[in-house]
Amino acid sequence: MKIRVKFSKTGAMKFIGHLDIMRYFQKALRRADIDVAFTGGYSPHMILSFAAPIGVGVESLGEYFDLELKTWDSSKEMMRRLNSTMVEGVEILSIIQIPDGKASKAMSLVAAADYQVSFREGYVPCENWQEKFEEFMDRPMITVLKKTKKTEQEMNIRPLIHQYHIDADRIFMQVSTGSAMNLKPDLVMEAFYEYLDAQWNPLSVMVTRLEVYAETENGFVSLESLGDIIE
Amino acid sequence: MRKLALSDEILLTVDKPARYIGNEVNAVIKNRDDVDVRFCMCFPDVYEIGMSHLGIQILYDMLNSDEHIWCERVYSPWPDLDKIMREKQIPLFGLESQDPIKDFDFLGITIQYEMCYTNILQVIDLSQIPLRAKDRTWEHPIVIGGGPCVSNPEPLAAFFDLFYMGEGETEMLPLVELYRECRKNGDFREDFLIKAAQIPGIYVPSLYKTTYHEDGTIASFEPIYEGVPSTVKKQVVMDISDTYYPKAPVVPFIKATQDRVTLEIQRGCIRGCRFCQAGMLYRPTRERNVEYLKKQAVEMMKNTGHEELSLSSLSSSDYSGLQELLTFLIDACNERAINISLPSLRIDAFSLDVMSKVQDVRRSSLTFAPEAGSQRLRDVINKGLTEEVILKGAGEAFEGGWNKVKLYFMLGLPTETEEDMKGIAHLAEAIAKRYYEIPKDRRNGKCQITISTSFFVPKPFTPFQWATMHRPEEYINRAKIVKNEIRSQLNQKSMKYNWHEADVTVLEGILARGDRRIGDVIEKVYQKGAVFDAWNEYFDMDTWMETFSELNLDPDFYTMRERSVEEILPWDFIDVGVSKKFLIREWERAKNETITPNCREKCSGCGAGVFGGGICIENKG
Repeated sequence: MKIRVKFSKTGAMKFIGHLDIMRYFQKALRRADIDVAFTGGYSPHMILSFAAPIGVGVESLGEYFDLELKTWDSSKEMMRRLNSTMVEGVEILSIIQIPDGKASKAMSLVAAADYQVSFREGYVPCENWQEKFEEFMDRPMITVLKKTKKTEQEMNIRPLIHQYHIDADRIFMQVSTGSAMNLKPDLVMEAFYEYLDAQWNPLSVMVTRLEVYAETENGFVSLESLGDIIE
Repeated sequence: MRKLALSDEILLTVDKPARYIGNEVNAVIKNRDDVDVRFCMCFPDVYEIGMSHLGIQILYDMLNSDEHIWCERVYSPWPDLDKIMREKQIPLFGLESQDPIKDFDFLGITIQYEMCYTNILQVIDLSQIPLRAKDRTWEHPIVIGGGPCVSNPEPLAAFFDLFYMGEGETEMLPLVELYRECRKNGDFREDFLIKAAQIPGIYVPSLYKTTYHEDGTIASFEPIYEGVPSTVKKQVVMDISDTYYPKAPVVPFIKATQDRVTLEIQRGCIRGCRFCQAGMLYRPTRERNVEYLKKQAVEMMKNTGHEELSLSSLSSSDYSGLQELLTFLIDACNERAINISLPSLRIDAFSLDVMSKVQDVRRSSLTFAPEAGSQRLRDVINKGLTEEVILKGAGEAFEGGWNKVKLYFMLGLPTETEEDMKGIAHLAEAIAKRYYEIPKDRRNGKCQITISTSFFVPKPFTPFQWATMHRPEEYINRAKIVKNEIRSQLNQKSMKYNWHEADVTVLEGILARGDRRIGDVIEKVYQKGAVFDAWNEYFDMDTWMETFSELNLDPDFYTMRERSVEEILPWDFIDVGVSKKFLIREWERAKNETITPNCREKCSGCGAGVFGGGICIENKG
């Protein structure tokens, strides 16, 4: 059976990189006695497939990975066992059964994600930034220089920002995520600082990912709604 | 949620922030108000190395088993963070609570190799504790050292309040108890130290004084107060199946060097190789009960979720329950899809059978450690491995499908001649020849023989503690002789040769057999910025040599002379069980190329019998 696990990664755990989170879960699944399917050979390992992993320093309330089980218990029971062996800052939020087959893989489904952005103390770019941010977003084009390993290329990121709103001292935005189109909220903020003529420092903002979505006929739906709870 | 000692800005700037945040699975968190003693255990190297060390995990588990002690961990901050901490005056902190170590009761440092001495000063310094013990007050933690290097603690004497000689399981808790009492009674710090010196195994360097002859050798070493013992007795746990061992070791987030369950099957070694310090220090050999180990293994796998398990001991093949244990572990690990990483086993039918079950024969390699190239020199060092045994083992392995061999040797051993060095190449050639005796259609391509040599460093409490060393150029010269001889072998294309650097060897030799005067050098070198000397990219021999000459100390005094057996050695005040008389006898036998049987064959009366256990009574029973 294939399952999808949703978890949060907050506090000190934001400093643990993606590969180490993967190792963390490989060990946690063993501790929780979850009957995971292994590859064969002399060094059998589990195959965890993560959806759009986030970078070091980013917190998340909606991370996902898929894996295959040999035998299983109810979602509730498996969550209980896993949560009893988590460290502070990681919590299992849901476990669902997902359809077999490549098309349902978390990795390939991801189309968008919600983020919350706030300014780190001492790094607020200007007093009336809320107003300025609206101005910044109201433009039809936001061009940034997107760097890949080899090339630098100008690109309009405005179409990749699907929604946004400001709530007191925080900015919420829904942006394209995944293998086809990917926009990091940091890049939006960097462009905003540039628009303000303010000095950008990657440490200026604190980012929390809130949810990850797949695109369906009914629009964006969260990855955890694409399956069923195991009773 | 715990507040971290370092800000986000710092953690996002340094490499691998996971080194500094704690919070690992099985890390122990206690309520500050429920404990009366705060202990910080330190491995003075980078996190990934330190987290691989079993000893700390044992002591961490033991100290935390007392509900009123909170034992935490700390490792050396990497140079990137080191720089920031100095600039911003951030005190070094325990990983669990993230509280400054300077407010703890104890800072315990395990000293596993000489090249970490500057890292020790770094940890004390970054903790904002005075470097020298004499400058500390009750405001500062008690700084205590342990581990194999304290078999000669003298170069570090100035920086430690206490040293613990031997295995920590016996007297650490009584020491903490004494501390509590002294604190409660309002005793002076000095009184606590004097009382601590009465605890078996505790050495308080400030209570002893050394005087020197004109030629630099030691004239006397004595306690400065009456009642302070003149010898310090090494501590040994006699029943190692009934002592502290972590059932749930801490599991790091980032990949540690040893990212696995470590099962310590025995302590000590029956072999008596004359170069080997561990083989002498950990006498007598004591085995853990097989049933205990089985239970322990299963529990540790369950509590950590590790994907790999390995056995730890000085010579696993000598463990009497090995067959039973491995048969059990292979099944238990298979069931859980866990790899077994085998220690270097003696190559024979049994070990080959086990290896073929747990490894891919085509990819894994055989390891032999003949240590010396000729039978003559192997007799000098008492390494009971003969060419015949090696060729037989390699032959059986080759027939079984293996084609990779690793060979480990030392250069610079006492009495070594050019013939001995060349013998390394000849032994490799004999192994290659044996491989090509197998018909072409039954063998697995070419064979690959990897030959590695390290340079021998004489260590305290070994029969070679009196031996002379060589200059760096001479070591390199010896490596070249080996290299050239390998290149002139028929099957040289099947051989690869690696050798170590020579500068580090010489410094290691100075520190290993140094005296109290070396402490000034260590401090000055550290003040000049030396740290992480065990790391090639940071080690700078010139700074060390320059500092020796600034302080008018001659490095050659420590390396380039053969010490007389009458000389008072800096570590003579420690009683490790193995007697000086035995070591002298072994030194003589080495020079006469006479081998000494192992403990199981025949007792050689080394002196470790005083502990009244392990192999010493096994033989008589």
